[in-house]
Amino acid sequence: MGKHEKPKKYGMVINLDMCTGCGACMVACMAENNVPFKEDESDKLLSITWLRVYKLSNGKKFPDADICYLPRPCQHCGGKGDHGHSPCVSVCPATATDYSHETGIVSQIYTRCFGCRYCMAACPYHARYFNWWDPVWPKGMEKYLSPNVSPRMRGVVEKCSFCFHRYQLAMNKAYLEGRRELEEDEYQTACTQACPANAITFGDLSNPKHKVYELKKDPNAFRLLERLGTNPKVYYVSSREWVRRAGDNYLQHEETVKLN
Amino acid sequence: MSQSEDKVSENSAEKKQPRQPGENEQGNGSSGPILLLFIVGLVISLIIGWVIFPKLLYSQKKQPIDFNHELHNQEVDEGCISCHFFREDGSFAGVPKNEQCAGCHEEVLGESTDEAILVEEYIAKDKEIPWLIYSKQPDCVFFSHAAHVKMAEMGCKTCHGPIGKSTSLKMYEENRISGYSRDIWGKNISGIKKNEWDRMKMNDCAACHKEAASAKASASKRSPQLFFDLLAMVFPDAGKPQKTEACFVCHK
Repeated sequence: MGKHEKPKKYGMVINLDMCTGCGACMVACMAENNVPFKEDESDKLLSITWLRVYKLSNGKKFPDADICYLPRPCQHCGGKGDHGHSPCVSVCPATATDYSHETGIVSQIYTRCFGCRYCMAACPYHARYFNWWDPVWPKGMEKYLSPNVSPRMRGVVEKCSFCFHRYQLAMNKAYLEGRRELEEDEYQTACTQACPANAITFGDLSNPKHKVYELKKDPNAFRLLERLGTNPKVYYVSSREWVRRAGDNYLQHEETVKLN
Repeated sequence: MSQSEDKVSENSAEKKQPRQPGENEQGNGSSGPILLLFIVGLVISLIIGWVIFPKLLYSQKKQPIDFNHELHNQEVDEGCISCHFFREDGSFAGVPKNEQCAGCHEEVLGESTDEAILVEEYIAKDKEIPWLIYSKQPDCVFFSHAAHVKMAEMGCKTCHGPIGKSTSLKMYEENRISGYSRDIWGKNISGIKKNEWDRMKMNDCAACHKEAASAKASASKRSPQLFFDLLAMVFPDAGKPQKTEACFVCHK
């Protein structure tokens, strides 16, 4: 003991100019994390999507019309100074969600959650979803569930975990080999690996050896609702000004600001 | 109110008058049998609660084969790890599969009936033995054997007890309500632990983790300061920021 690993800050950089909106990340995420679905998914207010691809539009007419797809996982907010004062963590009365200072990941413990949904109200990114029903898997599909991810029951909130089970498994292997540090490629989320356009990059934001370390410094990088001070760990990059502007609520006369 | 009360007391006084003064104490004397009844009831409910209920709470299940750990431990070279090994990907094999047993038990060795069952019922038919797992964790738990055995260098015995020296498998006791093994839920219904391995619930994991975390914190820095040390002795948890680990360390 004693010589513990440096605290990590796992995060993502998503290049919105590269995202084609194909939705492969959403599919990979649902399959990886045993995300339940219903027979009728037409009511999107009731469906559960840990990673949701939003379609943004600049609202202009033909020659100037432009759209952008924005994948939105849990932003894993660290709060001011990364003290773990995330909007959801600070309101949870059951300590069912907490901020790991070791990895910077916001957890969700389903067996601890009693479904008050304060966290859903607190989350400015709509990243949290409530299980209104017990999951019902089409016959035979339960055999395809991942044993590494605990399935959820009715009455609890769930959200993206940055595929935390993959971190656990990678650490398991590292421990066996006597290491406490992971290589960048040992821990990658399912959406990152599924993206055919390589728009998503995942890694330790505080490790200069990881790609995200440089990518997040891009002059076109921004985070969602940055001025709320939630300090999210998901960065977006877009060369288009209207997209960067769509990342926050700006008044008409306000200039698009860059905080990070 | 007071008027009617007076009447009642008058009435009772009238009734009592013809009786002997000695009988007046009978009211107090009748508390004897009531007290006795109370004690008997208390004893009965204590017996129900502490003896009968715990017996009813657990259903007893016999393992399919009676396994002798001590005997096997003498035959193998590397102790527990010979059969309960780590896979290359860092995961722990847990209870061995038939393949492991078949290495030696291709044919019946010795004369015990369990041995015959093993070879004829399971190995010959290529059917896995449906062992009942004493230490099976719930679905929401992620337990890394590698972290504990390799990194923290803890022995198997710390959590599993002296199972390696046992000559036969004990009865598997399943909690009828939760479905968990009694080894997880705790041997003692009052929650008293004699050994580390008597119970393996979340708080038992947390207690050890907390100890390790605070030991780490105190070892890392801090010069002795009389006032703060005294303060820490009186209020062990106050002052210092609670160094607790995240839930995701053990949960998934």
